Amino acid sequence: MNDLQLSNLIFQGRGPYNLRLVSGRITGLQGASGAGKTLLLRAIADLDPHQGEVQLGDMICAQVPAASWRKTVGLLPAESFWWFDMVGEHFQSPGQDLTGQLQQLGFEPDVLHWEVSRLSTGEKQRLAIVRLLQNHPRALLLDEPTASLDAANIERTETMLVAYCRQQQVPLLWVSHDPLQLERVADVEYYLENDGTLKQVRGEQHGR
Amino acid sequence: MGVKPLSPLDLSIAACLLIVLGLLSRRLKLGLEKQLAVSALRTTVQLLLIGQVLRVLFAHGSLIFVVAISMVMLAVAGREVMARQHRRLRGSQGWLLGTGSMFISSFSVAFIALAVIIANDPWYTPQYAIPLLGMLLGNTMNGISLSMDRMTETLWQQRQLVEQRLLLGETGNEATAEIRRQAMRSGMIPIINSMAAAGLVSLPGMMTGQILGGSSPMDAVKYQILIMFLIAAGTGFGVMSAMWLLTRRLFDDRDRLQLDQLHTSTSSR
Repeated sequence: MNDLQLSNLIFQGRGPYNLRLVSGRITGLQGASGAGKTLLLRAIADLDPHQGEVQLGDMICAQVPAASWRKTVGLLPAESFWWFDMVGEHFQSPGQDLTGQLQQLGFEPDVLHWEVSRLSTGEKQRLAIVRLLQNHPRALLLDEPTASLDAANIERTETMLVAYCRQQQVPLLWVSHDPLQLERVADVEYYLENDGTLKQVRGEQHGR
Repeated sequence: MGVKPLSPLDLSIAACLLIVLGLLSRRLKLGLEKQLAVSALRTTVQLLLIGQVLRVLFAHGSLIFVVAISMVMLAVAGREVMARQHRRLRGSQGWLLGTGSMFISSFSVAFIALAVIIANDPWYTPQYAIPLLGMLLGNTMNGISLSMDRMTETLWQQRQLVEQRLLLGETGNEATAEIRRQAMRSGMIPIINSMAAAGLVSLPGMMTGQILGGSSPMDAVKYQILIMFLIAAGTGFGVMSAMWLLTRRLFDDRDRLQLDQLHTSTSSR
């Protein structure tokens, strides 16, 4: 199994967190702002210092180079950043699956020739998802992936992310402020309290 | 043929110009008069002191004395690099980093110049060693402080962008390659510009001094060319080493950006 397992994860005075994210399933995460949802994702992606262990299948975070870990455990931040002038420069290998993914999110292939400075926030957010998936991550951590999208694009994005999770059998952690969205997409739901405790609010008991 | 000596009266006349400038600055509320007075005083005292030191040094000419003076110069240059950073590394790290880079570049370049190119007997003849090292240190100091300041400032402003690149699986080195390149450029541009403009816009200071001292223009020119090359090489190596060391300090062993290593100074110059 390719589950993502957090064992005694402690960061910035929060935790310990023990959580198993099952492959091919979507785990929803809600919580008050400031409860540390983003920090949790950053610790899992090893972007912030932490104690405890994170393991994906047989891959142990501390035992692989940080860059390969982050390529494998893909984190989508709430705000996306772009450093080249053109959209296409951020994608390494334009191939069949790139065109397909762009189309699923409502883009024509010529979006690669657009200037980044002309993109709207929502376009950036959707393109950031494609950019992340181009790394073929084996686990996904999504920080409000549809926060600035309109209804039609929310639906497209949800469909695509759910399909990626199911087809690739990857564990997916989905942070959202929208309870209805998590009801639609998530198999299991957790709530992060202000004091940092994590409690399961929906779905069958698994984990430890 | 020696230089015509300047009397204290001669210098006083030049000082009067500064006093007039200071009065004008006060009148126009430019607020420069205090800094102007302090730095004019500093330049007088510091240069008179170093004049005395050099007099003793040239009379003795021992290696230990030369080394001791060079170390003092290096330490002061290192302090100056730190003082010019808006966001500097905490603790002694920043001082060590700047000073280490200057030591590697200035000292090795100065040694090659003294021992191989000029090849005096002994190679550390202070009349050559001290001014040469001084010019090298002064210029690498500028280059290193410019590029370190640029690097830390840009990283601070673009930290989210850098973290985005880390999240997509780049190493700290890869994610900051462009920032480092620009920082190195800004450290190198002054010497590149002054090489390009040398002789056309202004006569470089050392050459002017040699000509005033009675050297033939061609001798002075050859020394100036040597100095320019040495400064460019020394600055380049110093800037590269500083950028490499700085990148290593600002990322930990898990390629996490550690901006808490930086301390923002309240008064930067």
